Amino acid sequence: MTRRRAMDVVVVGGGPAGLAAAAAAANGGRQVLLIDQGRTLGGQIWRHRRPAELSPLAQQQLDRVRTAGVTVANEARVIDAPSAHELIVDFRGRVDVQRAEQVILATGAVERFVPFPGWTLPGVTGVGGLQALLKSGLPLTGTRVVVAGSGPLLWPVAASVVKAGAQLGMIAEQAGRTALLQFAGALLADPAKLLLGAQYRWETLGSMFRTGSWVVRAEGDERVREVVLSVGGRERRVPCDWLATACGLVPNTELARLLGCALEGDAIQVDAMQRTSVSWIYAVGECTGVAGDDAARVEGEMAGRAVAGDERGARDPQLIRARDAGRRFGARLAKAFAPREELRHLGTPETILCRCEDVRCGDVDPAWTARQAKLWTRVGMGSCQGAVCGEACKLLFGWDGNSVRPPLGGPAIGGWNEAIGKLTE
Amino acid sequence: MTDDVTILVNGVPRRVNASATVAAALLGLGITAFRRDQGGAPRAPICGMGTCHECRVTIDGVTEVRSCLVGVRDGMRVETAP
Amino acid sequence: MSSTPVSDVVVIGAGLVGAATALALAEQGVGVTILEGAFAGSGSTGAAMGHLVVMDDSPAQLALTAYSRRRWLALAETLPADGEVDRCGTLWIAADDTELRGAADRIAGYGRAGVHAELLTAAQLAREEPALRDGLAGALLVADDAVCYPPTIARELVRRAVALGAIEHPAVRVQSIATGRVTLATGAVLHTGAIVVAAGVESPSLVPGLPIVPRRGHLVITDRRPGTVRHQLVELGYLHSAHSFGGASVAFNVQPRRNGQLLIGSSRELVGTDPAINRPLVHAMLTRAASYLPGIGNVRALRTWVGFRPATADKLPLIGAWGAIPGVWIAAGHEGLGITMATGTADLIVAGVLGTAPPVDPTPFLPDRPMPSIEAAA
Repeated sequence: MTRRRAMDVVVVGGGPAGLAAAAAAANGGRQVLLIDQGRTLGGQIWRHRRPAELSPLAQQQLDRVRTAGVTVANEARVIDAPSAHELIVDFRGRVDVQRAEQVILATGAVERFVPFPGWTLPGVTGVGGLQALLKSGLPLTGTRVVVAGSGPLLWPVAASVVKAGAQLGMIAEQAGRTALLQFAGALLADPAKLLLGAQYRWETLGSMFRTGSWVVRAEGDERVREVVLSVGGRERRVPCDWLATACGLVPNTELARLLGCALEGDAIQVDAMQRTSVSWIYAVGECTGVAGDDAARVEGEMAGRAVAGDERGARDPQLIRARDAGRRFGARLAKAFAPREELRHLGTPETILCRCEDVRCGDVDPAWTARQAKLWTRVGMGSCQGAVCGEACKLLFGWDGNSVRPPLGGPAIGGWNEAIGKLTE
Repeated sequence: MTDDVTILVNGVPRRVNASATVAAALLGLGITAFRRDQGGAPRAPICGMGTCHECRVTIDGVTEVRSCLVGVRDGMRVETAP
Repeated sequence: MSSTPVSDVVVIGAGLVGAATALALAEQGVGVTILEGAFAGSGSTGAAMGHLVVMDDSPAQLALTAYSRRRWLALAETLPADGEVDRCGTLWIAADDTELRGAADRIAGYGRAGVHAELLTAAQLAREEPALRDGLAGALLVADDAVCYPPTIARELVRRAVALGAIEHPAVRVQSIATGRVTLATGAVLHTGAIVVAAGVESPSLVPGLPIVPRRGHLVITDRRPGTVRHQLVELGYLHSAHSFGGASVAFNVQPRRNGQLLIGSSRELVGTDPAINRPLVHAMLTRAASYLPGIGNVRALRTWVGFRPATADKLPLIGAWGAIPGVWIAAGHEGLGITMATGTADLIVAGVLGTAPPVDPTPFLPDRPMPSIEAAA
């Protein structure tokens, strides 16, 4: 069996950060492989089936990758990281060892879900989750939708839902009005973002928008029929076919942790050049801190130039200013949209905590450690290996994130085994 | 996008949009139970991006495939929870 | 500093061996204090497969595992569901007629120990386990063997001990021990009658010269495949891998969990307590598993982890008094049989501490016995 060609740079993740990093590295003269699990590039925020669906900026970033001569592997995911400069990648079902001099992690963010009664009913999705399904071909015409969550993500999703012909019953933001006004006030320095927000609100003007409001429970039988929200301190019932709800975004650090990269809080720790604690690995975009796609692009550009040896270019004052502005924006996001205390107490003892293993909230004791809960109840030990409940437990109990073990994503034994058999030791 | 393909869902031929993922197509067909939990309750996708693993179905005989990461193909056989 | 004893006995370690021992002492009215560094089942017990098996590598091993399994099967009736005890039996698989004949020779020995074992032909084996490859010669079926989920059982046994008056101190680390005295990492000193060291691979740090070395193993757990494998499956060559210390080895061993997940093992290496995963060895282990279960390639691997078996050079645990420190008892060194032997070990310790009749001959397990070096045992 022929071995895959070693690459100078492997970029993991084809969203705004990864696209910028790959193009910059390739334009700087490096051989670059861009790995992405989607059928088309763009990550979550630029998810599309046809390029015409995208903004001019997004299309330009996709074109840049093409013209820079980046090798692209779609429907590919990293399943193991055996040793330095080695990844094991599932390339559309064929698993192989991929050597790389440097790796740039652009693994993005995932939604944080907190348990509430009825959250496992079909029809209850994440906020970004409903957006992803919609963009993947889910028809919403004529359906009733409620969007409840936190942060800027609510708005493009609400607008998409309306555009898709659904009846958007409510947009609920858990942050209070004061926090929101403060956040909006700070946005005056960034009029483009403010205008975008206003545009989304214009597109969803037919729908009620409430702050300081959150989902208390979902009701239904084989699927969700009604959602009960706390609105202005009182319970309010809204019938719905789809409930798009989550508790913000958190960096996706699973691969980084497997690679041994240090974290800072819940994000991958990086230096001024976007280099992680592991010398051959860089990280860019939301996985280094949720701050939006502008910051992601800039960070990707910096890391791409850095791995191409263009130190001066990587330290371009304009990029640094933009990246710092992005970080400040990210800090304001974290402050304004921090999950409120009530969200930690929505679950009853009967509410499912770990969806994969059916562990209920009442099965665990908050006084335990994460490892104790894992061994005594199997929480986080199912198919998703804690990707969903790990973040919930962090928020609910203050538990450290789940330990990462290979292989990632639960791949078939045969492919993984064949690949680890090719490792030289 | 008006192109459609035919996939078999639990043995029944269904027309779905050719560019859809299997998960989106199944949801659009009104499938609510992709899988069932240990108590028999139905489960369906929440994240749409391969993280939650709730969208697992059998595709062309391969079990436990995350259907939100797979595009539909003409003639594909999909099996969801009974 | 008060020298009033906190209890009659301090048990160090709440893995399955320590938990079972603490409970057995408490059931006899002995005052017990349990000192556990993290939480019940957090050590090797938490990494273990959970096989309850009678093994006959030596007469002493056969005697203690047979007795222990009898105790387990009675105990299992009373355990909560999360202990996941399943009497699925063990199939010792013969790859060829030589192995099958060797297996047949063992039936009498099992029988004398009160353990029912029967030979399955190739056709019978294929009926029992259709997922196994064609061309195997048959198997030895030990139908009353079982599997369980050890950490929750350790937790339950501690709970029962506490209900009988034992005191548990989790998240407490022990610094050192001496006759009648336990010094904690905090500096506090506990006075006691006897001390039972059931700290698995960490036991030598408390008892200098204790001949236990960690033997690393890997396990891979799969997603749910109910009905794929019905019994604990072990190749007959497993005994050879467990027996010899030379280098790294793998042996086919797959265990079904109640929920249909498969635990795939086994591997053995002497690498200290390095927790890193040895992928080439995992490859050898999975390849061997695939040679017995050809369909395993399609099963999803969710997680791989390592655990450390507390091993001794003569393959028998250390159960009994430690002469060098009067009042100190050892209950450790069970290698891959700690879960099985927890019940028998507990009863041996109780008999020793109380001076009553032991359930099996304790001589082969005496901690002070002459022990070859690990190198000589290779």
